[in-house]
This record gives sequence, C-alpha cells and structure tokens, in this order.
Amino acid sequence: MTTQIGALPRSTARPATAVAGGQRRLPLRRQLLLQIVCILIAATVLFPVLWIVSMSIDPRNIARPDGLTLIPPGASLAAFDQVIKQPTPNPVSFLRLAANSLFIAAIICVASVGVGVLAAYAFSRMRFRGRETLMIGVLAVLMLPAVATLAPLYVMLSKIQIGAFNLRDSLFGVALAVTSGTLPFAIWNMKGYIDTIPRDLEEAAAVDGASKLQTFWRVILPLSTPVLAVTAFFGFTAGWTEFYFSWQFLDHSQDFTLAMALNGMVGGYGVTPWSQFSAFAILVALPVAVVYLFLQKYIVSGLTIGGVKG
Amino acid sequence: MSAPALATAPPPRSWWRRTQPTRTAYLFLLPAFLVMAVITFYPLVFQVWMSFTNYGLTNLRSNAPAPAYVGIDNYLRILQNNIVIVNFDFVRVLVFNLWWAFSNVVIHVVLGVLVAIILNTPGLWLKRFYRAIYIIPVAIPPIIVATIWKNMFDPTNGAINFLIAIIFRLPPGGFTLDWLNQPNPIIAAGAFVLPLAYFALLTANVWLGWPLNSVVATGALQSVPHELYEAAEMDGAGAWAQFKTVTLPYLRPAMLPFAIYGFVITFNLFYLSYFMSGGGPFGQTELLVTTAYRLVNEQQLYGVAAAFAIFQFFILLVITLVTNRLAKATAQFDG
Repeated sequence: MTTQIGALPRSTARPATAVAGGQRRLPLRRQLLLQIVCILIAATVLFPVLWIVSMSIDPRNIARPDGLTLIPPGASLAAFDQVIKQPTPNPVSFLRLAANSLFIAAIICVASVGVGVLAAYAFSRMRFRGRETLMIGVLAVLMLPAVATLAPLYVMLSKIQIGAFNLRDSLFGVALAVTSGTLPFAIWNMKGYIDTIPRDLEEAAAVDGASKLQTFWRVILPLSTPVLAVTAFFGFTAGWTEFYFSWQFLDHSQDFTLAMALNGMVGGYGVTPWSQFSAFAILVALPVAVVYLFLQKYIVSGLTIGGVKG
Repeated sequence: MSAPALATAPPPRSWWRRTQPTRTAYLFLLPAFLVMAVITFYPLVFQVWMSFTNYGLTNLRSNAPAPAYVGIDNYLRILQNNIVIVNFDFVRVLVFNLWWAFSNVVIHVVLGVLVAIILNTPGLWLKRFYRAIYIIPVAIPPIIVATIWKNMFDPTNGAINFLIAIIFRLPPGGFTLDWLNQPNPIIAAGAFVLPLAYFALLTANVWLGWPLNSVVATGALQSVPHELYEAAEMDGAGAWAQFKTVTLPYLRPAMLPFAIYGFVITFNLFYLSYFMSGGGPFGQTELLVTTAYRLVNEQQLYGVAAAFAIFQFFILLVITLVTNRLAKATAQFDG
C-alpha cells in the first residue's frame, strides 16, 4: 500500500518508529541502550519479589538479609512447613483458610460474571426507557468504596438469623457483601467489551429468526470469552484476597480467610515473624499469579479492546 | 447500508408489541438489579437512616433497643472535626485524598506510556520476556504489596535504606531514615500537608500502578497504522512532532477512561494507607476510606460512620459527574 519513495534521505539517528513492510533492524547502539533501560526497569519490578522470596527461605527470621544475597546461608523451607500447619495462633490450618477463601472467591466469581453479563448485554445492545439513568446508577455505585457499605451490611446481615446460623457470621454473607462491590465493575467492564462486538452477527441471527436470548447465548457469549475471563479473574482475586468484610463479619476462627491470617501476622504487637510471613505471602500470591498466567492473553485483550477503535 | 423504500406503511402495532424491547431488556437486567437492590441499594438507603441516629454497638443484636434519633448531629461533628478519631481534620484528609489520587494517576500514566513506547520499538529483542516480567506486580494481592513495601521502608532493616547506604557508600546500617513515621511534614501549606510517608506510599503505588497503564497504552499504540508515521516522516516531522500528531490521538481514547478509573481506584485505595503507614504520622496519610473503616472497626460508631459514608458518596458523585463529562462513558451506543 505504500508507494515507492525514491531516494528520500532518512535519518537513522532516531529510533525507527516507522515500519515499511518488515521489521527495520534497530541500530546496535540504540538496541543495547534500550536493553539496559529495560533491564533496569525489570530490576525495579522484581526487587521486592526477590526480597520476599529471600526472606521466606531464610531460617533466621530476621527482617532483612545481611547482604543482598538471594539464597541466605542455611536456607530452608521450614517457614513454609510451619505456615502450612498453623499460620496463626488460632487452631486453623492453611488448607482450611485456603478452602474458606476459595469458597468466597468462587461465589463472587460466578455471581459477578453470571449475573453481570446479562445486565451488560442489556445495557450494550438494547434501547429501553431509563437506560441512561440506570447506567449512571451503576457507575455511581462503582465509585463507592466497599467501606461505604460496611456498616449497613454489617447491621443488616446480623439481623438474619436462622437457628444458630447468622448470615453475617458466615462465609456466604461475606461473599454476598463483596459481590455488591464487584458486580458494578463487572457490568461496566463487560458492557464496554460487548459494545465493540460488531452487530452484523446479531443482525444475521435475527434474520434467521433467533430470539434475543438465543442470540445472546449463541453469538455474544462465545465471542465475549476474553472479557468473561477478565471479570472472572478480578472476581476471583477480590474474593481470594478479601479483607474488609471478613475481618469485620466473621467471629469463628474456623471461618477465617487467608487475608485475615496474613494481616494477623503483621500485628503491631511484638516482633513480626518475617520468614513465616513471607512464606505465607508467597503461598497466598501464588494461585493468583498462576491463574493470571493462564488468562494473561485474555486479560490483556479484555483490558485494551475497549479503548481501541478500528 | 440501504433499506428498500416501503410502498405501503406498516400496520400500527399494539402497545404490547411496542414495549417488547423494553420488557426484554428489563428481563435481562432483572437478576443483576435484584442482587444489587438487596446488597447495594438497600444498604445505602439504610445508611441514610442510620446517619441520623446514634447507632452504636448496643443497637446491633436483633433484639436490641432501637437507636435514638440525633438529627444532623453526626454530620456537624464530622465537619467540626469533633469525632473520636485522633488527629482528624476533615479538610486536610479531603485535600490529601484528592492530591494522592491525582499525583498517582499522572505519574502512572506518564510512566506507563513511556515504557509502552520503549517496548513498542520495532526490532527490540526480548520484548515478550520484558512484558511478562513487568506485569508481575498486578498479580500480587494488594495486602501483600502493602506489607512487603512496609518492610522495605523499615528504618533499620528495610531494603530501601539498605540500598541507599550502598549507593552513597555509607557503612551498612548507616542510613536510618524513618520514612513512614517521620513526624515533620515535607510540605505544609494550610490544609495541604505532605509527610515523608506520602513519598513512600507514592513509590509503592507507582511500582504497582504503571504496568497496567503500560498494557493499555501498548494496546493503543499497536493500533496506530504505520502509514501515518511514514507520512509524518515524509512531511519532515521529528520524533516529538510525530508523537503529538500521530500517537497522541490514538492514546487518548484508551488512556483517558483508564486514567479516570485509576483516579477513582486510587482515591479509594485502602490497603497502602492502612497497612503501610497506618494513616501516617499523626493521621497525615489518612484517606477518607481508612477513616471510615476506623469509625466502623475501631470505634463502632455506626451512626457517625454512616454520615461519613454519605459525605464520601457526595464527594465521589461530584468526581463521577465531572469525569463522566470528560469521557462521556454512558453515551456509547455506536457498534
């Protein structure tokens, strides 16, 4: 598509930002300079991560290594072992805490994606009375921090008592409370994505006699996989690392979550057991990182597709 | 897209048929709004009622006495800085909160775009490797980020002071600046107070924030047609002019909504302030959200907390409306 330019002089001193049909080779000096910059950036990104890995395998339980050594002398996985058996003074094992967090995360994930995608489709594709108002309502709630609903939800859920089961003092109650915050974001994000799906396919389906529901199920949903993945990921992360509501709502140590245990370790009183804390932090962060790695392609495309036109 | 002209007018449709699109839409919206009505909208309404009472710990159980009505007392007490939180100054907290969000977003966007441009240079080796590494902070749960950075800014054992000692050739353990607890603010101009802890929090949040901005910017940069750059080059445009005329118009629609979203998220960023600086030296790094949390968690003053949340709601509403004007998010209806 580009026409032959001829003998137009081009400066090679600045970085090659234009590409004429193929990859233009970057001059070596420029390449090395940029490589050094990128490596420095990578170092700043990785430094805290390496720091905490180093602390977790250090058996001396100190707050910093003596030198900038990655593997401290006498490195052992004792901290990990201790943390898996019983991370906090409460008689709760890591697996129990993880199961609780997983329960919350799963509910939030399913609820925000399942319920949200229906609403997102309606906002994106349908014209109806009150559309603008309801959209602003959703956006307004999106802006509210979770803390704003903390007090009333605490009070409201406390009143729901069935026998010995109090809704507030349960994992289910926590999951409900967190979903109140994740749902608006899910709707807003998914709507933005569905906006970019071309309408031709739906029009074709309509011509073939499909109802709105069928169009939604067979055309839109399969095409929305990236944004469903993103929303599921954010919902999962929100539940896995949930702190505010579980700290406030839960009374029984058997129900406690990972984030609560983590926070309990860094109490103001006494010395923080840094090795155990680091080991625990790594164990908590690992599932999130693993899920992220799998969904990375979708997450990136789900985040960028909304703003990119054409 | 042409429609054949109709020879005859279509028959008038009944009210039932005409409102079908609206009914279908509401059917789709029903589950979401049902859930949100119960766990989002109703608590907010309940909260308004609570803010006019002195709801406290004694009124909590299901068979407890009802709280007493105190009118706008809670609101007045907040404005007069007369609540039980130590070092509380409403105007100072608000100003700090706004500045915190604004300064963070500006730095995140600038850095994110810069790194995206660097990584977008054609012919650069190991691009995918760098991209995979740079996204790592995003996958780490925020509570862990806060505690790691708190540890790094520790005065005697922290990595930051350790590194500074090495760079400036001081003896090990020679640099013990207490970043998070240094009481004298760096900048203090009336209600605008910036302690050293602010810069520590800023560093941690920048570390956390620029990668996502970089991802969004990369998406936008890759959608720029190469021909435009060539055309600009032929017209004799230098690198900066090319950026302004070719790159920027493509960056703007992607970065602006994300920057607005980032502003709101940063404005309500609980974790760093609560866990890293604990509200900073004498409450100087408190945000509206952390104050609200303390009211509920530490003071159990649910009535006052509710009034505080109403204030927050209106402040955020103003911010939402202002930024909505900028982005026109709700009017997107083109396919």
